[in-house]
Amino acid sequence: MTAPVKIAMPFDVEAARAQFPILSRTVYGKPLVYLDSGASAQKPAVVLDAMTDFAQTDYANVHRGVHFLSAAATDRYEAARRTVQKFLNAAREDEIVFTKGGTEAINLVAYSYLMPRIQPGDEIVLSVMEHHSNIVPWHFLRERCGAVLRWVDVADDGSLDVGALDAAIGPKTKLVAITHMSNVLGTVTPLKDIVASAHAKGVPVLADGCQGAVHEVVDVQALDIDFYAITGHKLYGPTGIGALYAKWAHLKAMRPFNGGGEMIREVTKDRISYADPPARFEAGTPPILEAAGLAVALDWLMGFDRVSVAAHEHALLAYARDQVSRFNWLRVIGDAPGKGAILSFEADGMHAHDLATILDREGVAVRAGHHCAQVLMERFAVTSTTRASFALYNTRADVDALVAGLARAREVLHG
Amino acid sequence: MDNALRELYQEVILDHSRHPRHYGAMGGASHQAEGYNPLCGDRVTVYLKLDADGRVADIAFEGKGCAISQASASMMADLLKGRSKEDAEKLMESFLHLVKGEPAPDLSDDDREMLEVMGGISEFPMRVKCATLAWHTFRNAVEEGRNTVEEGAR
Repeated sequence: MTAPVKIAMPFDVEAARAQFPILSRTVYGKPLVYLDSGASAQKPAVVLDAMTDFAQTDYANVHRGVHFLSAAATDRYEAARRTVQKFLNAAREDEIVFTKGGTEAINLVAYSYLMPRIQPGDEIVLSVMEHHSNIVPWHFLRERCGAVLRWVDVADDGSLDVGALDAAIGPKTKLVAITHMSNVLGTVTPLKDIVASAHAKGVPVLADGCQGAVHEVVDVQALDIDFYAITGHKLYGPTGIGALYAKWAHLKAMRPFNGGGEMIREVTKDRISYADPPARFEAGTPPILEAAGLAVALDWLMGFDRVSVAAHEHALLAYARDQVSRFNWLRVIGDAPGKGAILSFEADGMHAHDLATILDREGVAVRAGHHCAQVLMERFAVTSTTRASFALYNTRADVDALVAGLARAREVLHG
Repeated sequence: MDNALRELYQEVILDHSRHPRHYGAMGGASHQAEGYNPLCGDRVTVYLKLDADGRVADIAFEGKGCAISQASASMMADLLKGRSKEDAEKLMESFLHLVKGEPAPDLSDDDREMLEVMGGISEFPMRVKCATLAWHTFRNAVEEGRNTVEEGAR
């Protein structure tokens, strides 16, 4: 394994930036200002190099061959699982199931855990700020099994009231599905309180950690959470890899979702038996190189003092929030206390796509649209927002470029 | 400012987006269709009165969207009012070529001048669908086939 890069406190953003080759490129002749890490983060050279190195030295299929390379690749793949275990502080390595991303992790819970437990009229509690990946799988259960979706609203500042969530959990609730951090509002949810209140009523909790795990230190044992989904590409790792953490007791009782090689114990003409978790849920050849890449990314991230990384990101957000407050034509959506480094806004008379196009020509990459959160758009009575999302490699100069770009957009569209 | 951006957001387009022509629901429309862009959530409804010969006797639209989609709908309505169905179809084909940066033969000078205002969008491939939404919706209104156009699906 590649040794994690240790960077001394306080967090040195320039040293971190230097590890991302892409950040030194230009677009339209201007320096790239990448403020779309909430959609996908860039990858440090150490991740890219490790994947190439693995492919050139130790690569083969895993869990199959008896030959040297198969054993070497299997070691790398299973070591990656232990890295994810460490990253989430799971009690056991076999509580980590590799998936192709956060979406598949949540679908796995929907199909393998919840579907067999749903009777018509049973309820799933979720918030209005969920990403579609934590909405659509539950809609499937509504359509196919008669489940009822119970929506918990957020306050005008985007914060979540645990009391309101608690009130929504009733005798028919079978699962609480909640984001750890909203991809639009940046709101960080009080998972520990949510889990306590759900467990008091015997209801398990799934957290969508696709954003949360990037910015918060996650300890699934301290949270006592049942399911936690992450995706690699937002964690400075590759695409095509994610993971589901699930408590062993749940995993053990779950039936498989995908069928194929590697997830069985024995297959005959009229009978099959399944492998134990996590293999039971990893049918087919897994994303082997990507798992190794994810492990390097997580080791790399854990090599930082994450408290000072979080402080850096929060300082950037506070600076950006302060800078845009001078624009009286701009409305920030999401101001919850303690929120993560995501700034969404709408602008008077300026559509998000026009804004994003003009910012793009200034070299500033932001996301514009509904951010796969249409229920939330409806809640805030907008069709789309512009979103700047910050990563550890962003700087105050990036914020300045955003602010200058916004002023430019106003000039272009309003003269 | 860079030239591509200046051309895209030129005064004519901004004027149409701020003061769209033929805007608002039409009573007694003979044809209508709704267009939807699932990428950005933009919607446009196109209303038509086609006379006995299939001529566009009247046209209107309403909707919410970016400057490009609003200006494109407004300019389309200006351009198509009074045209025969065949003419409208030909203009649409020319428009679809121009926004992709392809040549559009067989246009009168006046039509070319109008349509080429939108030609700057060809430098912005991610935004072409904003410009074409109203036109596709117009075609669906004429054909009375599907009532909702989903621009992202194209």
